Amino acid sequence: MNDMTTATESEAAPQRDFSGRNPGSALSQRPVGREFQYEAQSGQGLSPLAAGAGMVILGLGIAQLLAPRQVARSTGVHVHPAVMRASGAMSIASAVNIFNRGKPAPLGLARLAGVALEATMLARSFGQASSQRRLSRLALATAAVAAAGTLDMSAAVKQSARQKMGERTTESGATVVEKCITVNKSPEECYRFWRGFDRFPEFMKHLESVEKISDTRSHWKAKAPIGSSVEWDADITADQPGELLAWHSVEDAQVDNGGTVRFEPAPGGRGTIVRVEMQYSPPGGKAGALISKLFGENPAQQMDDDLRRFKQLIETGEITTTEGQTSGPRSPVVKLIKKGVPG
Amino acid sequence: MRALCWHGAKDVRIDNVPDPKIINPRDAVLKITSTAICGSDLHLYDGYIPTMEKGDILGHEFMGEVVELGSGVTNLKIGDRVVVPFPIACGNCYFCEEQQHSLCENSNPNASMAEKMWGHSPAGIFGYSHLTGGYAGGQAEYVRVPYADVGPIKVPDGLEDEKVLFLSDILPTGYMAAENCDIKPGHVVAVWGCGPVGQFAIQSAYLLGAERVIAIDRFPERLRMAREVSRAETINYEEVDVLDALKTITGGRGPDACIDAVGMEAHGVGLVGAYDRVKQAMMMETERPNALREALMACRNGGVVSIPGVYGGFLDKMPIGSFMNRSLTLKTGQTHVQRYLKPLLDRVQKGEIDPSVIITHRLPLDEAPDAYRMFRDKQDECVKVVLKP
Repeated sequence: MNDMTTATESEAAPQRDFSGRNPGSALSQRPVGREFQYEAQSGQGLSPLAAGAGMVILGLGIAQLLAPRQVARSTGVHVHPAVMRASGAMSIASAVNIFNRGKPAPLGLARLAGVALEATMLARSFGQASSQRRLSRLALATAAVAAAGTLDMSAAVKQSARQKMGERTTESGATVVEKCITVNKSPEECYRFWRGFDRFPEFMKHLESVEKISDTRSHWKAKAPIGSSVEWDADITADQPGELLAWHSVEDAQVDNGGTVRFEPAPGGRGTIVRVEMQYSPPGGKAGALISKLFGENPAQQMDDDLRRFKQLIETGEITTTEGQTSGPRSPVVKLIKKGVPG
Repeated sequence: MRALCWHGAKDVRIDNVPDPKIINPRDAVLKITSTAICGSDLHLYDGYIPTMEKGDILGHEFMGEVVELGSGVTNLKIGDRVVVPFPIACGNCYFCEEQQHSLCENSNPNASMAEKMWGHSPAGIFGYSHLTGGYAGGQAEYVRVPYADVGPIKVPDGLEDEKVLFLSDILPTGYMAAENCDIKPGHVVAVWGCGPVGQFAIQSAYLLGAERVIAIDRFPERLRMAREVSRAETINYEEVDVLDALKTITGGRGPDACIDAVGMEAHGVGLVGAYDRVKQAMMMETERPNALREALMACRNGGVVSIPGVYGGFLDKMPIGSFMNRSLTLKTGQTHVQRYLKPLLDRVQKGEIDPSVIITHRLPLDEAPDAYRMFRDKQDECVKVVLKP
């Protein structure tokens, strides 16, 4: 009980020191545990959507606060100026909350209260309104509040989403996709499989071929929509046998992209954890559109599937599939949706 | 070839479909000689397992003769008579090496779909929805068997189909259910459901040393089979209160282990039964877990509840308080059939088990749609249907 009060009373209070506890115990021989964190933080920037929502809500709030009567007249919402000002104050608070990326959290409640108040004001005014003109103004105001509310909600949802492995965008605008899988082979065997590069197209669906030019340079060819293809050369940029392999497209390549794969021994000697990170910078123009299609509509899912195929290939020697198997008559809808999808 | 295809809930038909072919090096194609309808096929038939599609070929209990082999299968030859386990397993991954074949990491091509539903994906299964791979099943004239160098077991010519067919699923499933109970000499085991898996669970419990086995059902012919064939004591749950009866039989303590061989479509009685039916119909829960709730409440303190019955999604009103406060253990899983094939075939060969005793109906494949209806509605005292293509 005491601990909780201290913690909430002041965030600046020094942390309780746990370091000297349990001296000489078996546990004290172990290193201190650490909190799990993704190597790169995602979702930290303010999205354009959130920024837009924030600006709209801020503008509305200022107008309500400074000119409550004018706002009342132009929207058809006839309430006491004090109520209008209160609503404005809440709108401003919620805009601040958006710009601060959801912090401090209590301001988030102001967002909720603000929406509730606006809805009440609108409903009351609709009840009183008799003229056609006022009704249409109210309808417009309702639409505006609904739009701002929707923007606000989607921004809030985005902000409160917890971090996940998968896809993120770097500050320079490159897209990074990361995934991992545990494979029942040694790190050395996994490394050798990747080091050749030529087997990538067997499990990476978007690739057509990877050919070795020299020991460190390879030529890549990827499938692109409408039967065309994109090609580039890539160099090995890091090579630690059994541990790590990285590559990146050469400087004048049509497509700026690269990848890193790490091989970690899994706990208890149970195979290898293979961690893959691939980046690509969407270039402008046609190549840009092509390359974003290359990595699929859901790059994280595609990489997941790619890694599963890699695991199947290295463990079983083949890729598990039901593609091409027999079946009874399918419904036309299923045929359309699942075109080319196994099973 | 002719195959039994799913067209929708309560709508299965015999269709003419293309013959299966070898797709991967480790595939084989079998000419089916015998196949059976499993109780779990009824969940598909009734439409309670998601991700079924019109045109899916059903059937995961089958055996046959090898007619085609991929280049990677060297332990079988054309003409071999084999029984095929219902879970597909690669034999190379961590779980296969641990003999947990129904958890194979490589055999489900729709693993990402299963991950969304269940967190992680289990193995692929023949003819059992797209969540477990969407593989074409064996209620057909021919079937493609992936990883054929791992699953199928050769059977001696002297043993007729009916003696070995159930090695594919229900015999090992009943056996694993009993094995999961950690039976010690003198133990009392209660089994909910006297269908095929329940019958084999009863018999296996005796084989593993149980002193008394009590079977629970409501169909007179199944209760009679449990008494006369599997040698259990029986309780008709429509006539007596199961919890009270089990307390009376065990002197108040409860059975040492309880087996739920019913699964997601239990026929509940009274108010709770109606409650589950309504919630399931409204898609607010996917299961009617009446047998499981009862098994958890009935089991003795510190006992084991083993679930061979199939569940698909989410259930509610699970007596977790009883489970926690009374130190119960819950063990379950799709059967790791591959692990049990050899030892159970040995027992069949020695005559310790005769799996054919549960068969009540032998029909041609063409009559499968009628057989599904009959089996589901328990008409004509139907317990187990074997189909001949």
